[in-house]
Amino acid sequence: MSAKRQFRIWRGDETGGDLQDYMVEVNEGEVVLDVIHRLQATDAPDLACRWNCKAGKCGSCSMEINGKPRLGCMTRMSTFGDEETVTVTPLRTFPVIRDLVTDVSFNYEKARETPAFAPPADVAPGDYRMQQVDVERSQEFRKCIECFLCQTVCHVIRDHDENKQAFSGPRYFIRAAELDMHPLDARTDRKEYAQAEQGLGFCNITKCCTEVCPEHIKITDNGIIPMKERVVDRRYDPLVWLGSKIFRRGETPQTSVTTARQGSATPPSTSRGGVHSHAGGSHDPQAEAQAQSGVNWHREVPHPTAPAVDDRGRLPLTELTFDRAAAPSPFGDDVAFPLPPEHLNFAHPEQDKH
Amino acid sequence: MTTTTRIERHHYDVVVIGAGGAGLRAAIEARLAGKKTAIISKSLFGKAHTVMAEGGAAAAMGNVNSRDNWQVHFRDTMRGGKFLNNFRMAELHAKESPQRIWELETYGALFDRTKDGKISQRNFGGHEYPRLAHVGDRTGLELIRTLQQKIVSLQQEDKREFGSYDARIKVFSETTITELLLDGDRVAGAFGYYRESGEFVLFEAPAVVLATGGVGRSYKVTSNSWEYTGDGHALALRAGATLINMEFLQFHPTGMVWPPSVKGILVTESVRGDGGVLKNSEGKRFMFDYVPDVFRKQYAETEEEADRWYTDPDNNRRPPELLPRDEVARAINSEVKAGRGSPAGGVFLDIASRRSADEIRRRLPSMYHQFKELADVDITAEPMEVGPTCHYVMGGVEVDPDSGAAFGHVRGLFAAGEVSGGMHGSNRLGGNSLSDLLVFGKRAGGHAASYADGLPARPKVAVDAVEAAVETALAPLQRDTGESPYTLQQDLQAVMGDLVGIIRREGELTDALGRLAELRERVAKVSAAGGRRYNPGWHLALDLRNMLVVSECTAKAALERQESRGGHTREDYPAMEPKWRQVNLVCALDGDTVRLTRKPLPKMRPELIGLFDRAELAKYLTDEELADFDALVPDAGEADNR
Ligand SMILES: Cc1cc2nc3c(=O)[nH]c(=O)nc-3n(C[C@H](O)[C@H](O)[C@H](O)COP(=O)(O)OP(=O)(O)OC[C@H]3O[C@@H](n4cnc5c(N)ncnc54)[C@H](O)[C@@H]3O)c2cc1C
Ligand code: SF4
Ligand code: SF4
Ligand code: FES
Repeated sequence: MSAKRQFRIWRGDETGGDLQDYMVEVNEGEVVLDVIHRLQATDAPDLACRWNCKAGKCGSCSMEINGKPRLGCMTRMSTFGDEETVTVTPLRTFPVIRDLVTDVSFNYEKARETPAFAPPADVAPGDYRMQQVDVERSQEFRKCIECFLCQTVCHVIRDHDENKQAFSGPRYFIRAAELDMHPLDARTDRKEYAQAEQGLGFCNITKCCTEVCPEHIKITDNGIIPMKERVVDRRYDPLVWLGSKIFRRGETPQTSVTTARQGSATPPSTSRGGVHSHAGGSHDPQAEAQAQSGVNWHREVPHPTAPAVDDRGRLPLTELTFDRAAAPSPFGDDVAFPLPPEHLNFAHPEQDKH
Repeated sequence: MTTTTRIERHHYDVVVIGAGGAGLRAAIEARLAGKKTAIISKSLFGKAHTVMAEGGAAAAMGNVNSRDNWQVHFRDTMRGGKFLNNFRMAELHAKESPQRIWELETYGALFDRTKDGKISQRNFGGHEYPRLAHVGDRTGLELIRTLQQKIVSLQQEDKREFGSYDARIKVFSETTITELLLDGDRVAGAFGYYRESGEFVLFEAPAVVLATGGVGRSYKVTSNSWEYTGDGHALALRAGATLINMEFLQFHPTGMVWPPSVKGILVTESVRGDGGVLKNSEGKRFMFDYVPDVFRKQYAETEEEADRWYTDPDNNRRPPELLPRDEVARAINSEVKAGRGSPAGGVFLDIASRRSADEIRRRLPSMYHQFKELADVDITAEPMEVGPTCHYVMGGVEVDPDSGAAFGHVRGLFAAGEVSGGMHGSNRLGGNSLSDLLVFGKRAGGHAASYADGLPARPKVAVDAVEAAVETALAPLQRDTGESPYTLQQDLQAVMGDLVGIIRREGELTDALGRLAELRERVAKVSAAGGRRYNPGWHLALDLRNMLVVSECTAKAALERQESRGGHTREDYPAMEPKWRQVNLVCALDGDTVRLTRKPLPKMRPELIGLFDRAELAKYLTDEELADFDALVPDAGEADNR
C-alpha cells in the first residue's frame, strides 16, 4: 500500500533558505525518517539529515515536524491525516548548518561544564554496593538519549540566544539531579551548583521539556522540581522565604529565594515576560521584526498570541502560585497539533543575531 | 602543493578512530598514559553504534551464581565461536571483563542491582550462568554515556591543570577518516573531512587505533546504522594490515520483519531469556527440532523441562530458544523456507501468552516502548514477527592478542572492538561484545601510547599522499556522468543479501564475485550531486569503496571455506569439518585485489585446553589433535563434571 504524500522540508544553510515542496511515495508502516531517506535516494540526494539507529535509541534524528520537536524515526506517518502536508524544519534553538542539521555544540559545551561524577574515595572498584530502589531514581535520568528536544523546546533559550550563556537547559538539570541522587556520588553541592551555575532559576516549570521527551523522562516533576525544592530546604532562610511569599505572583522570580549567588544571569522577570507561546509568534518585538524580515516562507507571520495571564492580568510564574497543576503548553494553550504549516514561524538563527 | 598547504593540520600522539565503546576506552587509556589524544567519529559524540546494544555486557563476576568464573566464561566463548577463536583473546577477555565492568562504576555507571546490592547479571544465549551486567535493556547507552562522561571528567582535570578542556584529549565529531597515511611501513597520520563543512583535515600521529565497528550496511536487512560501512576494515587493508575470519557474519535471529520500515531492528535476546518462545505459523514451538548434537546435553528436550528452567535453572536444562544465535537464525530460516513462516516472512516470537502484561512492561521496558511507538504493536497482547537480520561481523583486523597491534606489514596501527577479528571465532556470544570493547579498547589504547613513547622520531606525512587523498575524496563531486551512490548501494546490498547471505552456495558465491567486480567498475565512476557541506550523497559515495572491498573479502573467504561453522553456512558443505578449524583465512590487499591466504590457528595452551572435557573436544578437533590432547591431559575423561 503506497500513496503520494505532500512534504515541505526546510532547505538551506546559515545564509538562508526556505521550505521546499516534495511529492513523495509513502508506504504503510513508515516513519518520517523513512520518507526523508526515500527523498535522499530520489529527488534530493544531498538533503542533509542526521540519523543513526532508526529505533529511537541514539537521539540523532531530532527535527521539528509540523512545528513540534520530535524524533524523525519515531514519528509514524499513520499519525497524520491522508491529505495532510507534513512540514519538517530543523531544530529552531540551534544554528542551522544545512537543511535539517543544526549545530548542537551548545549542548556539548554545557555537558562539559557540568562537574563529573565524583567517586567515593574509600570504596574500591568491585565493592560498590547499592540497592535497586536507590539507583532507580538516577537511572530514570540516565535513560536520556541526548536528542536535545527538551533543549530546543525550552522557551528560556528557544527565542533567546542571550540566555544561552547562563542557562544549561533541562538536559543538564537532570544530569545534575542524576548525580545528586546517585547513592555514591561524593559531591554534595549538586543542587547549589545547578542554581548558581546552570541557571536553574530561569526555569519556570512550564514542563514543555517533559512533554517532548521521547524517553518519557519526567524532567520537571522528578528532576527540576526536587532540585529547586531542596535548594530551598538547604538554604532555608525564613525572611527570604517570607519575602518570596508576599510578592504577588508574577512580580517576583521564584529564584529570589536563593539569589545569594546569581552570577551574571538575569532571571526571567516580568519585564521580559517569559511566556511560552512558541507557535503563535514571539512576544519579543525585536524577534518578531526579525521573523518578518526572515526566510521567505510564502506566508504572513501570524500575530503574537497574548501572554497567558490570569484573570488579574498577571503571569502565573511559579509552580507554587500557578492555577494549574500541570504546565501550559509550550506553544500556547490555544494551539492544537499538528500545526498548519502557515502558522510555523521558524526564523533562521542568523537573523536572531541582528 | 597548493591544496595541501590549506588543509587544517593537527598533531597528536594517539589518534583513535571511532567513538564507540572500544574507541572511548582506548582514548581514556591513552590519555591516562599522558598522551595527547584525539577521538574521531563519523557521527556526534555519544551516538556510536554501541548506544544500541541492549542486552548487557558479559563478565564472570559471579554475583548471581557464585559458581561462575573466568574459566567457565572462557569455555562458553570458545564453544560459541566453535573453537575458531583466538584462544588468547578469549582468555584475556574472560579474565579481565569483571575489572573493566567494575571500573565503569567508578566512572559513574549505574547497573541494575542484585538484592545484596551488587551488579545484577542476567541469562543470555550461550552463557552457562547469568552473566550479563545490564541496565534494563539499554546497557549500551549506559556504557557509552559513562565513557563519554569519563572523558568529560578527564577534560575537566585538564582544564584545571592546563586551562583548556582540549589540552590532552579532544573529540572531533562528525569527522570521517578516508585514508591512513604512512611513512614507509609506519603509520604517520590520518586524513579525512569534516562532514559539516566538507573541509579536509589531517591528523599527524605516530599511533592510530581503529575502533570503527562493523560492516552491516552492505546488507539489505540489517540492524546496523549508516556508519557501518567497514571503513576501519578497509583503511587497515589499504595500510597493509590483514583481515581474518571475514566469512563469519552474525545474523541476529530475531530482527523485526514487520512493519517494513523497521525491518532489521532488533528484538533483544532477553525477550527469549525472560520466557519468550518461537512459534511457526502452525503454532508449534519448533526450536526443539533444531538442537544440534554438540549442544544436546545442555538443552531441554520437553516444553515442561524448558519452562521449569526459568525458575529453577540449577535442576533443569535451558530452553532451546536460548541456543547460540547462528543456530536460532538457521532454524528460523529453515522454517520459513519450509513454508511455515509468518505473513511477513519471519516466525512468531511470543511472550504475550507467557508472561503478564505488567511483568513484560517491567522487564522489557524499551522493547515494549519500541514496538508500541514504532510499529503500534503491543507485545503484551500479541506475538511479534521476527526473522534473521545482519548484525555483527566476527571478522576484522588481525591483531596481536595482547596489544591489539595489527599484523601484516604496518606498524603503529592498533585495532579494538568490532573492527578487530579473532576474539569471537566463528560466532560471537551475545553480551561478549560490550565487554570485548572495554577489555581490548583499554589494551589497544595503552599499547598505542607505549608504542608512541618508544619511537625514536615521529614518522612524517608525505605531501603527495595527502594530495592523492584529496583527489580521491573530491572525485565523486567532480564527476556528473556516473551513477547515484544510492543506486549503487542498493545493488551492492542486493548482491550481498541474496548471494552471500545466511545460507551460501558455491555457484552463488562465484556469481557474487563476478557482480562485485562489475560493481567495482561502477563505483569507481560514482558521482555525487551537490556541494561539500553536509552532503550525505557524497559521504555515501566515499563509503562505497570501503563497503565494496570488505564485501569482496567476505565473498572470497566464504567461497574458500568449504564447511559450515558459526556465522558461515554452506548448503553444499553442511557439516563442521575439524580440518577447517585449524585454518584462519587471511585477507590482504595486493594492489587493488583482495588476496586470500590460509594460516594455521595458534595452538591452545595445555592448561586452557584442559578445561574442556574430551567428549566435547572430539566434536571439534582432528584425530591428531585429540591424540595430542590425550598425551597432555591423561585424566581428561574424568574432567567432565567441572
Ligand atoms: C542493535 C544492536 C544490539 C546489540 N546488542 C548487544 C548486546 O546486548 N551486547 C553486546 O555485547 N553487544 C551488542 N551489540 C554489538 C555491539 O553493540 C557492537 O558490536 C559494539 O557496540 C561495537 O562497538 P565499537 O566500539 O567497536 O564500535 P561502534 O560503537 O560502532 O563505534 C564505531 C565508531 O567508529 C566511528 N567511525 C566509523 N568509521 C569511521 C571513519 N571512517 N572515520 C571516523 N570515524 C569512524 C563511528 O562514527 C563510531 O563512532 C549490538 C549491536 C546492535 C547493532
Ligand atoms: S520546565 Fe519549561 S522552563 Fe523549565 S526547563 Fe523545562 S521547558 Fe525550560
Ligand atoms: S531528557 Fe529527554 S528530551 Fe531531553 S535530551 Fe534527554 S531524551 Fe531528549
Ligand atoms: S535515528 Fe536514532 S533516535 Fe532516531
